[in-house]
Amino acid sequence: MKLSHRNIFVMFLSVLMALTVVSLVSAAGQGETKGKAKNVELLGAGATFPYPLYSKMFDEYNKLFGVKVNYQAIGSGGGIRQMLSKTVDFGGTDAFMSDKELAKADGTILHVPTCLGAVVVTYNLEGSPKLKLTSDVIADAFLGKITKWNDERIKALNPGVKLPDRNITIVHRSDGSGTTFIFSDYLTKVSKDWEKQIGRGKALNWPVGIGGKGNPGVAGLVKQTSGAMGYVELIYTLQNKMPYALIKNKSGNFIEPSLETVSQAANIDIPADTRVSITDTDAKNGYPISSFTWLIFYKEQNYNKRSPDQVKALLSLLWWVEHSGQKYNEALEYAKLPEAAVKRAEVILKSVVYNGKKIDFKQ
Amino acid sequence: MILNSKKIDVKTIMQERITSGNGGIADMQTENIKKRSNSFDTVASSRKNNMGAEKAFNAVLLIMGIIVILILAGILVSLFVESLPAIKYNGFGFLINNVWDPVTDRYGAVPFLLGTLLTSFLALVISIPFSLAVSIVLAEYLKEGWIPAILKSATDLLAGVPSVIYGFWGLFLITPIVRKIEMSLNLPPYGVSILAASIILAIMIIPYSASIAREVIPLVPVDIKEASYSLGATKYETIKTIILKYSMSGILAGIVLSLGRAIGETMAVTMLIGNSNILPKNFLSLIFNPGNTMASVIANEFTEATGNIYLSSLVEIGLLLFIVSFILNVIGKYIIRKFVIE
Repeated sequence: MKLSHRNIFVMFLSVLMALTVVSLVSAAGQGETKGKAKNVELLGAGATFPYPLYSKMFDEYNKLFGVKVNYQAIGSGGGIRQMLSKTVDFGGTDAFMSDKELAKADGTILHVPTCLGAVVVTYNLEGSPKLKLTSDVIADAFLGKITKWNDERIKALNPGVKLPDRNITIVHRSDGSGTTFIFSDYLTKVSKDWEKQIGRGKALNWPVGIGGKGNPGVAGLVKQTSGAMGYVELIYTLQNKMPYALIKNKSGNFIEPSLETVSQAANIDIPADTRVSITDTDAKNGYPISSFTWLIFYKEQNYNKRSPDQVKALLSLLWWVEHSGQKYNEALEYAKLPEAAVKRAEVILKSVVYNGKKIDFKQ
Repeated sequence: MILNSKKIDVKTIMQERITSGNGGIADMQTENIKKRSNSFDTVASSRKNNMGAEKAFNAVLLIMGIIVILILAGILVSLFVESLPAIKYNGFGFLINNVWDPVTDRYGAVPFLLGTLLTSFLALVISIPFSLAVSIVLAEYLKEGWIPAILKSATDLLAGVPSVIYGFWGLFLITPIVRKIEMSLNLPPYGVSILAASIILAIMIIPYSASIAREVIPLVPVDIKEASYSLGATKYETIKTIILKYSMSGILAGIVLSLGRAIGETMAVTMLIGNSNILPKNFLSLIFNPGNTMASVIANEFTEATGNIYLSSLVEIGLLLFIVSFILNVIGKYIIRKFVIE
């Protein structure tokens, strides 16, 4: 049987029309529920590292003030992309946006720090001894220049420890991550060779070693491989009782990574926009591979037809995260913000505008 | 009463038959024909209404078919459009450079291309004996009973296990074995390697190649098989010279299908391959060193990629993966056609 072209066309049109009607109806439905809801809903997306903390904070905030916050842990890169396309109220990122990235944004993007994280060097050696390491030893090990555990330089740092004649197997992250950024940021600052060969970034061109996906992937490979050396987030070693190295900081002290020493690392002069790298910190008792993690948002809040109520809700939430919300940090093993950082954040939050005018929000 | 009526019935029928003779049967036949022609009439009368349904049905089929083609074309077009900035930036070097460095914006796909091809073909080589053996056993040796039933559903079940489970299982079982082999060969004991990923891939693709081979082997005509036996051939000889030859195109089709699965597999491979972009330096390290595949680099780096060129280069890898699997499919189809016995 034959089918005329006209008939096919009509069929196609009717299917299209049906689809449009369906999508229109569902869109209308969504609009209705949004209009009816008394509570404002805030949408955020970004870094996975602070996700457990954010989800706890936002859950408590919802109980207290009835504002629902939906944070999707899609990664820092995704958070920045969503922010640039203005599809979310706020984003989260482990590495502050570079000047180049900020220039791409349509409007000014502001950063406020929320908590601190740290990266530790972990390893698989019999008896899990507590090792002392220096920045140049770590850099050379990850560059493949130190290949044996009983290398003279490691032995000299750890006189009491019996180090085996075993190859060092480097384990790094295979996925792009803020953890890798912080680690490579530190190594770039302390090692000329690293700066030349590798540099800083979320994904690197690793000269040696194997890659594991996420903290669990790296930790799993380190646990399996005798003689392995890798880097993971501090929080992950605390929860999984893994060995970690004490690292010599700029002031010459060997610092054990802990919530306390990480908070100490932020005890420096923080710039007004809070975009600061605190790796290789000047702080005397600070752990050298520490970093802030940030929430980001636009200075001019009138975009995408956002209502003043929504903007006020966002600012109140961020104010709460900087102050009362901080009490949840240490329970979840995230280091607290130092007072100086909170002061900077206050100024930034007060500078946010709607249609160019200052906003009066509940603090 | 009942008995009586039955008797009467029988009597009347007898009478009818006697009186009408053959005519009775003829009458019944004509009546049947009438009934049939009546039903033909009703079909004919309702055909007018059915024509509409027929047209609609054909149109729906046509539209669905077109939509499938459009989706495929859409994927190709959007991959191409998204990777255009990277194609311009990387140029032809994308296909020959072996450095992938997002920090300095240098993108070469060689480590991933090599890893994908190596793992897929190694997996095929490992899986073929198993899938062939399973299908021959099911078709020629154990045709009835509970053992083939278990074997059949076990191979089918392999296809249903989520790949992340394969990944975990491989991490805890296969990598330690590979590590032991590496240590005995005096190689660096990574464990996670091209070999480990290929072994897990092989297990994952067995059901795909086995399922088609299992269907085609019983289709070998019995007379040919019996002719072989009657000439004095043993079972092994018959399988080798008759059955495998006759069903070769179907077996190859299954292998091509499983190759498609192996090329695109992401999760399990990412967990076992070691995700290293360092190219192997000798033959042993080609298999025992960690590597990387196109699918796993996309899965690993896409979420955190911020730079335009970086993101676009990842999409370009996706485009390359699309093209590679297309080319391998075309080659596969060509091989199948060559082996068809007419």
